[in-house]
Amino acid sequence: MIHRIEISPSPGQPDPLGTATLERVSRFSNLPLAQVRSLAVFRYDQAALGPNAPGPEALGADLFLDPVLEQLTTDGGALNAHPFDWYVEVSFRPGVTDNVGRTAQESVEWRLGRPLSPGHHIHSAVGYFLSGPLTQHQALALAKEWLANEMIQQVTLVEQGSEGASRAALFRLPVVELTRPVETQTLALPSRRADLEQMSKERLLALSGEEMEAIQAHYAQENVRRAREQAGLGPHPTDVELEVLAQTWSEHCKHKIFNAVIQYKDAQGTREIRSLYKTFIQGATKEIRRRLGKDDRCVSVFSDNAGVVKFTDTHHFVFKVETHNSPSALDPYGGALTGIVGVNRDPFGTGRGADLVFNTDVFCFASPFWSHPLPPAILHPRRIYEGVRHGVEHGGNKMGVPTVNGSVTFHPGFLGKPLVFCGTGGLLPVNIAGKPGHQKWVNPGDRIVMAGGRVGADGIHGATFSSLELSEHSPVSAVQIGDPITQKKMFDFLLEARRLGLYNAITDNGAGGLSSSVGEMAEASGGADIHLDRAPVKYPGLQPWEIFVSESQERMTLAVPPEHMEELLALAARMDVEAADLGSFNNSGLLTAYYLGKPVARLDMTFLHDGVPTLRIEAEPAPAPTLPPPPTPPQDLSTALKGVLGRLNVCGKESMIRQYDHEVRGQSVVKPLTGAAHDGPSDAAVVRPLLHRQEGIVVSHGICPRYSLLDAYAMAANAFDEAVRGIIATGGSLEHISALDNFCWCDPLPSPTNPDARHKAAQLVQASQALYDLCLAYGVPLISGKDSMKNDYVRDGKRISIPPTLLVSAAGMLDDCRRAVTMDAKRPGDLVYVLGRTRPELGGSEFHGWLGNPGPQTGEQEPVFQGQVPTVRPEETVPLYRAMALATRERVLASAHDCSDGGLAVALAETAFAGGLGMTLDLGPLAQAEGLAPHELLFAESPGRFVVTVPPSQQARFEKLLAGLPCHRLGTVTQGEQLILNGGKDTWMNLPTAELKQAWQATLKDF
Amino acid sequence: MSSPFKTLILSGYGTNCEQETAHACRLAGGGDGVEVAHMSRIYQEGLSLDPYHFIVFIGGFLDGDDLGSGRACANRFRYRPLPGGGTFLEDLWRYADSGRLMLGICNGFQLLTKMGLLPGNGERPAGGPPAQTVSLAKNANNRFEDRWVRLAVESHSPCVFTQGMTGLELPVRHGEGRLAAQGEGVAALVRQGLVPLRYANAQGAPTETYPHNPNGSPLGAAALCNKTGTVMGLMPHPEAFWDATNHPGWTRQPGTPGTGEGQGLALFKNGYRYLQSTFA
Repeated sequence: MIHRIEISPSPGQPDPLGTATLERVSRFSNLPLAQVRSLAVFRYDQAALGPNAPGPEALGADLFLDPVLEQLTTDGGALNAHPFDWYVEVSFRPGVTDNVGRTAQESVEWRLGRPLSPGHHIHSAVGYFLSGPLTQHQALALAKEWLANEMIQQVTLVEQGSEGASRAALFRLPVVELTRPVETQTLALPSRRADLEQMSKERLLALSGEEMEAIQAHYAQENVRRAREQAGLGPHPTDVELEVLAQTWSEHCKHKIFNAVIQYKDAQGTREIRSLYKTFIQGATKEIRRRLGKDDRCVSVFSDNAGVVKFTDTHHFVFKVETHNSPSALDPYGGALTGIVGVNRDPFGTGRGADLVFNTDVFCFASPFWSHPLPPAILHPRRIYEGVRHGVEHGGNKMGVPTVNGSVTFHPGFLGKPLVFCGTGGLLPVNIAGKPGHQKWVNPGDRIVMAGGRVGADGIHGATFSSLELSEHSPVSAVQIGDPITQKKMFDFLLEARRLGLYNAITDNGAGGLSSSVGEMAEASGGADIHLDRAPVKYPGLQPWEIFVSESQERMTLAVPPEHMEELLALAARMDVEAADLGSFNNSGLLTAYYLGKPVARLDMTFLHDGVPTLRIEAEPAPAPTLPPPPTPPQDLSTALKGVLGRLNVCGKESMIRQYDHEVRGQSVVKPLTGAAHDGPSDAAVVRPLLHRQEGIVVSHGICPRYSLLDAYAMAANAFDEAVRGIIATGGSLEHISALDNFCWCDPLPSPTNPDARHKAAQLVQASQALYDLCLAYGVPLISGKDSMKNDYVRDGKRISIPPTLLVSAAGMLDDCRRAVTMDAKRPGDLVYVLGRTRPELGGSEFHGWLGNPGPQTGEQEPVFQGQVPTVRPEETVPLYRAMALATRERVLASAHDCSDGGLAVALAETAFAGGLGMTLDLGPLAQAEGLAPHELLFAESPGRFVVTVPPSQQARFEKLLAGLPCHRLGTVTQGEQLILNGGKDTWMNLPTAELKQAWQATLKDF
Repeated sequence: MSSPFKTLILSGYGTNCEQETAHACRLAGGGDGVEVAHMSRIYQEGLSLDPYHFIVFIGGFLDGDDLGSGRACANRFRYRPLPGGGTFLEDLWRYADSGRLMLGICNGFQLLTKMGLLPGNGERPAGGPPAQTVSLAKNANNRFEDRWVRLAVESHSPCVFTQGMTGLELPVRHGEGRLAAQGEGVAALVRQGLVPLRYANAQGAPTETYPHNPNGSPLGAAALCNKTGTVMGLMPHPEAFWDATNHPGWTRQPGTPGTGEGQGLALFKNGYRYLQSTFA
């Protein structure tokens, strides 16, 4: 018998979830909603509890009810206990990770003293009692828009007074039932390219005709045929083999575009680039390491799950940034949660396992105030914003990893695909169990061990399941939801196993699942035999190929010497973690998979890893677009400053930042928010990962997609400079910075809906070139990176492409974290300087954006005006950054703030209001010297600039350090709370800093 | 540093603050007697509490807080049998009765309330652990928040951890921190001196106004102790302010910024001072 345990706030107790839901819906819609009350629900089958088990009342009271705050009903009693017009219950679809249900089940099993019957679970749901004169249509629309995501959840709607069918749905369990026979199919490859392409399309292999032909040619070889025959396999590939090839050869795993041969044609002629990755990314690092010689700080780059550089005598620093864009577009909460817990596994799977130290999160969205019609199947940007924020909150906070740095960038191009960058930094012991910690090795004979979560159909590309999606019991395959607690339990176990030296190698199960993790580790030994039936599964009925490629979360793969197996498995059992022996590594040159003892895949390792044909891409920049001239700027620049401060890309993100734990682990030195009232925007974060020492790590990033339309080279160069500048402003130095690149592009391969693919490819080349140039000029190596190349939304022949975006993440080292500098003005009387040259570079600026749209940003494409895009000039910035590093080392600065989005005026305002102080400045002489109009000096976004304040006692030392460099004293910090900007005798602005802070804080205050 | 006292920090199943709590305890006087033990040892090895003088339940998200903060772990301690029989909650109750110290920080505080160990005056059915009489409800704004707060110290409290303190600043990092109590409510607990710390405004007075009071807790209640003052729970994180550089405004300090210890260490020092005077 199916029971329901229902928990709701007691009469008189607040209902924060209900109240927050009402506020959210009322704020953004016109629906006639008067009240919302919430309900927590657990559904289960009493028969699964065994004989003489307590009923739902006793279980509810003992395990789920808070006697101080809540009341308990069962079996639909809540619908009689609460007033409502409509009742909405949101439950998970079959197979979707139900963290609350899993935790509830553990409690029930402790109470019973035994496990539930196999295959049975406790299922959670959330109910909402809605009061208000809503029509059925409105109630359903409200549920789908505000309460549920139909991709992963089911909605049950009950009208007051109704009986029967709708209430019966409240007693259903989302059980996965896969009734198909489990079998491995053999697939004869057709001979014509068109048929091969069709086959790839139907099975969602995402392989091109050329790649399918390469597979066909491989299987046609006589020696391959003969060997297969001897192994008991037919001449045609099995579905397991094709799926493994498709995963291994995917753009995601093989980076075919970054490894392509590119013909780049522009006015200067044509040149061929053989692999952007090898030429520009790896190439830059190789050259820097060569130049540094014995001062090279790289330990392991581009070869493991994350980059590794030297930090202290006992620990290396490990850093990786990933994207999780497509999943976050479908299910913002689950996609982002999985993004963060997923990237946690990269440092954890680097070397023989790093401890996690911090997270970074950078998001790109369309305006959350979007007020135009939405294309089909696109979630409102506000839902994306809220869902992603919530997912990262749950992933980061629950993993106990502080979120120390991040940003949100807005552009209408992100309507079709939001970008969700998640990064994790970690510390890797220099020595683990007596051997170098960054090394991993796999010996023939080592066992293949999968540890952590179980395998389900979640995260399979959906080939076979797409046809089942309409059935009530088909598992949801397209999205995964991470479970930070399962992962934490796994990490606790693995850290102990690491300490004991029980494994030789570790890697994570991310894209491609076991097929990728085992396939990659098998490269080290030369082959592997894996038994797919031995992998623990969430439910029966999965096909062998599904087990091999499933991307179910929270799993790591280990190579374990046979002599340690017993100890490892016993340790796992003791720590409540599942670990399974799936087979062994060998040196057969083959990746062989078995299911119930029979071979289902036999892949030549060389073909698997090196057989993919090289892609050829043509790149040619399109002629520059014809743009309108900017309108005449207003006389009153006060309005402009307040307007720019309130723009989405400039304004404060305090509400989001505060919902992330940024100081767990006790290592926080510079937080994301700083200053007199703890609300000024830091340029970078500083952490002290080893609590008993003083070394620090400075973390920052740069991202400038606004410049892409005008100049992709400048977009990338500015992003790189911004990341480095943030570290310099906070106390770092060029000698100790490492960087990571994350390219998110729109498709550079031509198709009927993608006529400007050659231009997008050209932008990719330009941005890569910029990255190479800046790395070498600054001496900053790239240590890891990732690309995501298909950030387009295509529907009915219409395409929404993101602006080409490069995120540069950077980390610097400080010998002594107490030398860190923050951006807030400290004391009245301190001198205010601007460092670096300002040029009339307003192209793509926030000021131009404001000129084109001074009203609220509700999502429309803002006009882009003619204007010079900011140019990074390393010949100017490098000497300045070196001088800045000396200034912070000698502690002559009271504050330092980088000038970025919004330009000098924004940086001055932020410095003043973060310090709770005023400033009186004369910008006239500088404007005159640079030949700039007031609006150009105030709002140009020229890179390589800082606003610093210096105590008068340090003035001489400071000016000596900066001698010969662009350094202009503008005035002083004042006790009064006015920002006064004069231009000689004219007053350009005289504004209370409180007003500026209000303008900066108001826009996203309630998100 | 050697210490005659043994400190137990339980970790695992979603705890997050073991590193900094152990560090703070060591600095405050726990020295080499500070031990971090994974909770699986309770059930695999029958970890005995007899050798310990100070147990810290630390911050984190035990079992994901999926059933409400701390509730699933309270269920574990209440129902999961120990290898030698009995439950861990019974062990904890006996430990608390012995007058040795127990501190619950954030999620640890939430756990202590769900287990009935704070304020510890509930009914004790059949000699077992007491029933739950207080709770920490969702923040009034339904949000998790990380922000620094000012705390006023109740001078008449029996709490051993706050003796001699006047006020301090600490970070809060929680989504469920609004204290609620059965019967006469939080006001009665305040009257009895069982609320040693209260959220305070810029003038240092207890407040119910956001954001100085981050969660809407009545009368600004930020902590709770038992009648003997030896068991304390608090929502703010004292271990997160172990060093001057943890404060968000440390670069504004006059002189050489970033030198000196953090204000949070004082609570731990008081604990060890009490042990020294009572058990040494």
